Amino acid sequence: MTPWVGRSMPRSEDPPLLKGDGRYVADLTAGAAFLKFVRSPVPHGNIVGIETPDGAIVFTGEDLRDVGPLRPMLHRADYTPVDQPILARDRVRFVGEPIAVVVSDSMATAEDLAEQVFADIEAHDPVIGLVSALDDNAPLVHRDAPNNTLVDTRHEKGNVDEAFAKADEVVEFRLRSRRQSAMPLEARGSVARYDKRTGRITLFCSVQAPHVVRTIVADLVGIPESQLRVVAPDVGGAFGQKYCVAIEDIVTVWVARHLQRTVSWIEDRRENFMSSFHSRDHEYTIRGAFDGDGRLLALDADLLCDVGAYSCYPVTSGVEPLMAMADLPGPYDFQTYRVRSRGITTNTCPMAPYRGVSRPVITLAMERLMDLAAQRLGMDSVEIRRRNLITEFPYMSATGITFDEGTYLQALERAVEMIDVEGFRLRQREARSAGRYLGIGFSVFSERTGYGTPAFAVRDMDVTPGYETVDLVMDPSGFVEVRIGASPHGQGLATSMAQLIGDELGIDPQNIRVVHGDTDRTPYGWGTFASRSMVISGGAAKIAATQLREKLAAIAAEELEASPDDVTFDAGRATVAGTDLGIEISTLARIAYHSSQKLPQGCAPGLVTQATYDPTGTFSNACHVAIVEVDVETGAVDLERFLVVEDAGVLINPMIADGQVHGGVTQGIAGALYEEVIYDESGNILTTSLLDYLPPTVAEIPAIEIDHLQTVSDATITGAKGLGEGGTIGAPAAVINAISDALRPIGVEVNEMPATPPRIRELIRATERA
Amino acid sequence: MNQPQKVAVTLDVNGRNYEVMVEPRKTLADTIREDCGLTGTHLGCEHGVCGACTILADGQPIRSCLMFAVQCESMEFRTVEGLAKGDELHPMQQAFWENHGLQCGFCTPGFLMLAVGYLEQSPDPSEEELREVLASNLCRCTGYQNIMKAVRQAAEAMRT
Repeated sequence: MTPWVGRSMPRSEDPPLLKGDGRYVADLTAGAAFLKFVRSPVPHGNIVGIETPDGAIVFTGEDLRDVGPLRPMLHRADYTPVDQPILARDRVRFVGEPIAVVVSDSMATAEDLAEQVFADIEAHDPVIGLVSALDDNAPLVHRDAPNNTLVDTRHEKGNVDEAFAKADEVVEFRLRSRRQSAMPLEARGSVARYDKRTGRITLFCSVQAPHVVRTIVADLVGIPESQLRVVAPDVGGAFGQKYCVAIEDIVTVWVARHLQRTVSWIEDRRENFMSSFHSRDHEYTIRGAFDGDGRLLALDADLLCDVGAYSCYPVTSGVEPLMAMADLPGPYDFQTYRVRSRGITTNTCPMAPYRGVSRPVITLAMERLMDLAAQRLGMDSVEIRRRNLITEFPYMSATGITFDEGTYLQALERAVEMIDVEGFRLRQREARSAGRYLGIGFSVFSERTGYGTPAFAVRDMDVTPGYETVDLVMDPSGFVEVRIGASPHGQGLATSMAQLIGDELGIDPQNIRVVHGDTDRTPYGWGTFASRSMVISGGAAKIAATQLREKLAAIAAEELEASPDDVTFDAGRATVAGTDLGIEISTLARIAYHSSQKLPQGCAPGLVTQATYDPTGTFSNACHVAIVEVDVETGAVDLERFLVVEDAGVLINPMIADGQVHGGVTQGIAGALYEEVIYDESGNILTTSLLDYLPPTVAEIPAIEIDHLQTVSDATITGAKGLGEGGTIGAPAAVINAISDALRPIGVEVNEMPATPPRIRELIRATERA
Repeated sequence: MNQPQKVAVTLDVNGRNYEVMVEPRKTLADTIREDCGLTGTHLGCEHGVCGACTILADGQPIRSCLMFAVQCESMEFRTVEGLAKGDELHPMQQAFWENHGLQCGFCTPGFLMLAVGYLEQSPDPSEEELREVLASNLCRCTGYQNIMKAVRQAAEAMRT
């Protein structure tokens, strides 16, 4: 039979979601009391007192004084840990920080009562923005974090100063990425169900990593993990925002235990913008040394990441600055690199990963560097990339990261061919003579995916993620259940996993159920994030399926009087190669459970296997190309074309893979052109609705063209390389480079995202003034 | 604290009457979810931007988070739960399935109702019109490509 892997099968997840039968956390509140958090209206200050309405059930930091604080740890000297109270007690550090929680029988009354809670706060000067945070006279967000610095890390390889001294061309620029929100369409939320018989809590919550949530919530509340079951039901998008633990989920569990009743917290959109995590608020200074042929000799970078008021659990405030430092060189071949990367704390909402983490920004930095250098050297922007991309594998970067085989140059060449660069340049010249500004932008990048414990261990995390375990069970009727520690939330992993296992066992994916997102039902795992699930959890599933197949082969060989090596599995049957001997797999399953006396010697009854996979990681790669037209009168950008040539190895389900690219690219375009979380100088957040934040609609997003290359790398046992984040990583650089290319005749260089119409107009006006 | 007075309302949803007691301030979306038990209608923003709560009121797509249940006595509503006939999916649901028009599924009911409501009135829209209508709602996962594709396919199926 044609393998299941490689087919664009419609997803098994979809029918309930299409019929309105999805079960998201807000659909599970029946019988629950409702929590409403009272949040700080000021960014920085001391809590003097809290007045609560008579008769209301209200808990404050005093009530929860024995819970926490949350203190995410990296065991390294360049990291400064800070405490985050579960409910603020003495100090508040950002607008939206939870101060108290009100409990009532309906959401509406809980909100009414929350309005009547008055927090008397003595306001201090807030620390807002990277520049003021680093000022010598800046107030401190945390007394024990001097210079408002939580992470200050450096790396140097090779003789950087010498390389710059002998360079033919030095390109220096500053780059700014404004703050973004992952903005899942379903905000966060949780329901803590209290079991009166046992005192055990079941926490339903909209998260990406239920086992990690169980660990930290149980630790902080002070119960064994077995007293807590965490379930991620249907999750309405996450993109990283639901990976780090929500402080509110801890409170929800505490209140349920304290009141011995079921309670729920359903975040609204305003809270999500104020109090859920933000990302990518970075400012870089980049210097590149080039020789006359456009070869990058050395890179010198100073990277600043605004990490907000606290450190997120489990990945900490180091997640952005450490990744920016380690991954900045991207797919370019140079070994002389000096970098300082800092995580700066401010009185704003804490940072956590958002699809791609720092990579959309560092890719923008490297791709701007290439374009700016090409421009200085009078070289073509494609040619300079050709001369610098890595082409031999494995390649070890200047920061010690090993790249497995990829198609960096091939993807670029394929994109050049598909987009017809020469044809475009002709059209561009014609348009310019007609007063129109068209531009083309390239972005070539790597997407580190599927990295296990070895890669995370380098960060010296207190909690080191990485491996995945899969339990595979064939029941007596031959139906398979796959229990995974990954926790998909829209990626279609249940469908893809079933395709993968279907091939291994020779059974129809319809006879395979994937169970995830329930700590009572699945092995301990790290959830779904970092483009890892198909690689790591899929890898573990493949190993487990191989073990199960070997057992089935042994049983079949016994029944058919053949050698196990000759037994093959296809279309639900085990057959002996070269003969007409065969037996249904479901019959083998019956024997394994119900006629265990027939099993070969030493073969235990039942069909249960478990496997763990913990790879070092692999790299997907891609080239994105954007073609834009910029209206110089208004600063508006129209995206005319967007092409993706990408290599994520073997595609298990090409339709799902394309969907990940479409969605990723759209979030990348959103970051490049539209979305921005804005604080005013006094620390008030101005973007608290979807009208302010500007997520794009279908009207803003062009048709995205995709072409696949498929490198089979031995760094991953399924051949799949993972591709959840690539779209978001590469798109901003392609768009911003295209805008810069369009505006080159009037001398405008864009080194900031989002490139909004007012920003583009300001850049144009500045060149007119000059 | 004084509880606001509740009002009796009869809501016609998917051809069935629901007699509910609601506070006048309760939105139609909350009422459909909590009092009618139809949780397929989702709330993404509660301020009328995302469109996840889109349902049909007398055949017209509306934001159910922007109406109060007490306004809705004599209207006929259709929600996502009313689209399929048992296991037989509506052509729009079928097209979303075949074209991977959903990932997390949270925005999906709103998009389905928006598209069905629109196509029932304008069965043969131009590409431009379709884009403009679908720009009413937000999806965070799909990048819209496959939603467009699905709605085009469903439009054809609904015409025949």
